[in-house]
Amino acid sequence: MTEVTLLDAVNMGLHSEMSADPNVVVIGEDVGLNGGVFRATEGLQKKFGVQRVIDTPLSESLIAGMSIGMAAEGLKPVAEIQFMGFIYSAIDQIISHASRLRNRTRGRLSCPLVLRAPFGGGIHAPEHHSESTEALFAHIPGLRVVIPSSPGRAYGLLLASIRDPDPVIFLEPKRIYRLVKQAVEDKGEALPLDVCFILREGGDVTLVSWGAMIHETLAAAEQLSLSGINAEVIDVATIKPLDMNTILESVAKTGHCVIIHEAARTCGVGAEIAAQLAEQGLMSLFAPVERVTGYDTVMPLFNLEQDYMPSIERIIAAVNSTLEEA
Amino acid sequence: MNKQSKVLVGKQHNVVSRTQEAPHSVAHFDIQYHQVIDYEGKPVVDLLPKIAKDRDLLIKLYQAMFKTRLFDKKAISLQRRGQLGTYASALGQEAIGAAIGSLMKDEDVLFPAYREYAAQFLQGVKMSEILLYWGGNEQGMNFQGPRRDFPICVPIASQAPQAIGVAYAIQLRGEKRVAVCVLGDGATSKGDFYEALNAAGAWTLPVVFIINNNRWAISLPLSKQTHAQTLAQKAIAAGITGEQVDGNDVIALYARIEQAMGKARSGAGPTVIEALTYRLCDHTTADDASRYRSEQELQAYWRYEPIKRLHLYMTQKAYWSEQDEQKLQARCQDEIDSAVQEYLHAPAQAPESMFDYLYATLPQSLVQQRASVMRKESKK
Repeated sequence: MTEVTLLDAVNMGLHSEMSADPNVVVIGEDVGLNGGVFRATEGLQKKFGVQRVIDTPLSESLIAGMSIGMAAEGLKPVAEIQFMGFIYSAIDQIISHASRLRNRTRGRLSCPLVLRAPFGGGIHAPEHHSESTEALFAHIPGLRVVIPSSPGRAYGLLLASIRDPDPVIFLEPKRIYRLVKQAVEDKGEALPLDVCFILREGGDVTLVSWGAMIHETLAAAEQLSLSGINAEVIDVATIKPLDMNTILESVAKTGHCVIIHEAARTCGVGAEIAAQLAEQGLMSLFAPVERVTGYDTVMPLFNLEQDYMPSIERIIAAVNSTLEEA
Repeated sequence: MNKQSKVLVGKQHNVVSRTQEAPHSVAHFDIQYHQVIDYEGKPVVDLLPKIAKDRDLLIKLYQAMFKTRLFDKKAISLQRRGQLGTYASALGQEAIGAAIGSLMKDEDVLFPAYREYAAQFLQGVKMSEILLYWGGNEQGMNFQGPRRDFPICVPIASQAPQAIGVAYAIQLRGEKRVAVCVLGDGATSKGDFYEALNAAGAWTLPVVFIINNNRWAISLPLSKQTHAQTLAQKAIAAGITGEQVDGNDVIALYARIEQAMGKARSGAGPTVIEALTYRLCDHTTADDASRYRSEQELQAYWRYEPIKRLHLYMTQKAYWSEQDEQKLQARCQDEIDSAVQEYLHAPAQAPESMFDYLYATLPQSLVQQRASVMRKESKK
């Protein structure tokens, strides 16, 4: 078994699924010969040819729209939007069509596509390259929004997303693309969608997060353990549809919950989780749910991005605050 | 000078030409206009296309237009009586759909906007399905006939990139099928239209774009939609053929779309056909065109409408009699009446059905929401 980065795992997953299923095609800007700007599609065109690994014109709405047409014809397009900040010109295709093609034709046509996009800040990228706007898509009925946070989950969740019969927005936390290596078996085994992953068990407080923030969250949990606080860490992984059962069960055990996400606070996915905790888990809670999030500001240019993004210190402060209130 | 240096000189030539040569023309374009019969049904060209003498085909086209117009009238009256929601009429534009539908094969894929009923009926979409759709029932887009055709598309031009995806899939699999995408004049101002055209050209895809230029995008006249002389020329920028056809001349339409579809089917790439017609109706039943369009203009355009024109041609050729007309009228009326009955007696939609086609399998998180709708219903 080889040790791979999250980025390698995405590439491995694409290779694996393209080999396994001739209907899988990869499309996007610079995904062919160049292998993608992050190299996520490296080697695919050489192996599977220019017809299945398609360099598109610079047209995000086209990429999303043509994926819909391909999917309706029985292909399984895996499209790359180069950065999440460029997905907005494709949003009409995603919301008005991809998410509802099955519904508006009563199952006659369906849309098994994956739209991959690197997202999030922290890599000193130029303007519009550091967005975390997953909540936009989590709001849309008919979509799945999947966010891996480790090489193993990137591989397994990508395979599951490609095999899923419905559209998946697959957001890759680019800050941790090359951060850690992990042994991943390239055996074509998918992980389940629509479920959270418990990364660390603990009985004192539930930390809920996803994407790159999982790493700050795990680091915070580690530090908290030094002061005798045992945090349970949940990687939501599929933020739409949401697996609240796992979160509720954890909070029933701990009585405290801190939600951590990089995206802006208002109407972030954390707000939905907090609302559902209030609806279904209020009696388990010893203190109000805390949120550690990006601010309700425009994602700053990189000079200030570290000030914007939740830090280990902010997470620990929130945990201490919720525990003090008990 | 050897070959090598010639190439080199050629390369340098491009660079120096900016400073050393006077400006000169580097590309030439032309937009052709096609018409076969004029508004009095008289041929305007010496060499008539084959179809002009094909009585059976002309009758088929005539019937398709005739039925669509009667259907349209019925749909509007249903809406006025509160038995149908907002409806988009195809009045005056029936020739475009009739020509498209007569040329499409079962395996081709139609991407309609929302005035292509004639094409859809010929493709096998039921009139009751169109009524169900405008009557607020999603089942209307679950065509029992053309399973692969795309549903009516309301967000303008958004069907164009999807047609590219289907055309790409066709090309990838080496099939001889065609994607046919119909758009309005307003759609040609949208990015999706340009993005689709550009890709169609870049990949030489088997797709035909047909622009229903009915001169009005709700209240915006063509003159304010664009400063371009034609909409067909928008194809030129994408490196593909664009041409204008009299959109009220079903014979010309048929001939040109046949040519374009044949070209696409043979692998020779896309075409844009701008069909010049006129929206003799309001935008939809929710619109009142008299707010922005003069009665005078509307009346002036009635003389060019497509059904009367083909009727005149076929009568002159003795292809069609008053008796044929009466028989057709009676048959269409029967067909429409039974479609209306089928629509009005369609089973009511269960409230929980709004959940049933969201995903292939209902996610756990929605089970409770679905159940709550069902409970509400059982309390009634």
